[in-house]
Amino acid sequence: METIQQQKVLALNGDEAVALAVKQSDVDVVAAYPITPQTIIVEKFSEYVADGEVNTEFVCTESEHSALTACLAASATGVRTFTASASAGLALMHEILYVTSGCRAPVVMAIANRALSAPINIHCDHSDSMVERDSSWIQIYVENSQEAYDSIIQAFRIAEHPNVLLPVMVCLDAFFLSHTLENVQVLPDETIQKFVGKRQIPLITAHEGKKVPFKLDTANPITMGPLDLYDYYFEHKRQQEEAIKRASKIITQIHSEYAQLSGRRYGNGLIEDYHLEDAEIATVCVGSTAGTTKSVVDTLRAKGVKAGLLRLRTFRPLPVTEIVSALENVKAVAVMDRSNSFGGHGGPIFHEIRHALYDTKTHPHVVNYIYGLGGRDMPQNTIQNIYKNLQEILETNQVKRYVQFAGVRE
Amino acid sequence: MSQKQKGWKELPIAGVCWKPATEYLTGDWRTFKPVRDPEKCTKCLLCPMICPDSAIKWNKATEDIEFDYDFCKGCGICANECPVDAIRMVREEEA
Repeated sequence: METIQQQKVLALNGDEAVALAVKQSDVDVVAAYPITPQTIIVEKFSEYVADGEVNTEFVCTESEHSALTACLAASATGVRTFTASASAGLALMHEILYVTSGCRAPVVMAIANRALSAPINIHCDHSDSMVERDSSWIQIYVENSQEAYDSIIQAFRIAEHPNVLLPVMVCLDAFFLSHTLENVQVLPDETIQKFVGKRQIPLITAHEGKKVPFKLDTANPITMGPLDLYDYYFEHKRQQEEAIKRASKIITQIHSEYAQLSGRRYGNGLIEDYHLEDAEIATVCVGSTAGTTKSVVDTLRAKGVKAGLLRLRTFRPLPVTEIVSALENVKAVAVMDRSNSFGGHGGPIFHEIRHALYDTKTHPHVVNYIYGLGGRDMPQNTIQNIYKNLQEILETNQVKRYVQFAGVRE
Repeated sequence: MSQKQKGWKELPIAGVCWKPATEYLTGDWRTFKPVRDPEKCTKCLLCPMICPDSAIKWNKATEDIEFDYDFCKGCGICANECPVDAIRMVREEEA
């Protein structure tokens, strides 16, 4: 077992923490296009390039569609790649997100979660990445800048793992994290380089029946992403489902290996359980709101209320077994979604949690709160009201409304 | 396409081609089949050059051209371009 390393404490915002993690992870190619609130990541990284602190090929592209295409193409040659985006930029990448995962290219991308237009808004909500939940990208949502730093480093290991080979999105809340200074503990460069290591390339059977490295290489040519019709496409998609499901275990392993170096754990790497062991009421959320909610839980616990919180760290793959065992004995659950599925029955996280709990014998009440759209603040009193409503459900054993909006003016 | 097809567990990932394109017989896409009249043909060798599927070949042994019906999709370009009208397109079931 490795011992916990000496760490420097730096004042970094979330974007700078991401840029530093990328710098330490020995990335070969970064291709990006600036968009608020992700811009600082790329700005900071371009400074490292200009100052000769990294050996990275930095490509300034004309759009996000091209940025991700450049990363995909570079990744296909077997190198390590990174990009970052948000909101409209991520939406413009939509087509290439599927191409990247389909080509099994382990690109790592930071998303500074920002609302989608219109009306135009640069602030935080999760609409941009939630809409990409089906793209076969692993999605990690972080609570603070420290976790953004730690997760980027882990993301390269997860993405490039020969049993995964899928791209990873690390999602951090716009401005609440991206632009807010925080004390971030930073591991030494050599420790990170050793932890991330060189990208391992597995062997694959190519068109002549030979086993060759899975990368575009003129010495051992292979064809990636050709026309794939009804006779094989379905099998390739089935493989992707298997790979992303397999990723759960690998995420927890890498998370725990990293925890031995850093001393930092985020639950088991998939979910974080906060006072759920005897909780009667609980909320579920992703991202920075979990920090505020933990403080509300502390206040409620001090008053003797059996309140808890489940923070989902990975939304894809969805840790179904962990969700069920964490929540099945809770009596009333409120799922907080920072995005809406217009015309649907609640937000995307609500769908998953309620669906996962359907088969439990205990059948907890599960309600949904859509909150914080376009960067609307989520203060403690709004969260306290959600717990108050859960207590009401607990007392009356009745749900008045399944889907509500928290923090919107009537 | 009667060969046994691989399942997802044995198929290489990412759509990487695991057999050469020549094993993928496209001749069964054909509706019309090119049929040559050897009497009219002058062996000018225009058709092997213009065939988009390289499905017309020069056979050194017989010193004659031949159609590779495993790959000919029946597009009819050869029949259209033949300067002496030596190629007819005939419905597959009538050929």
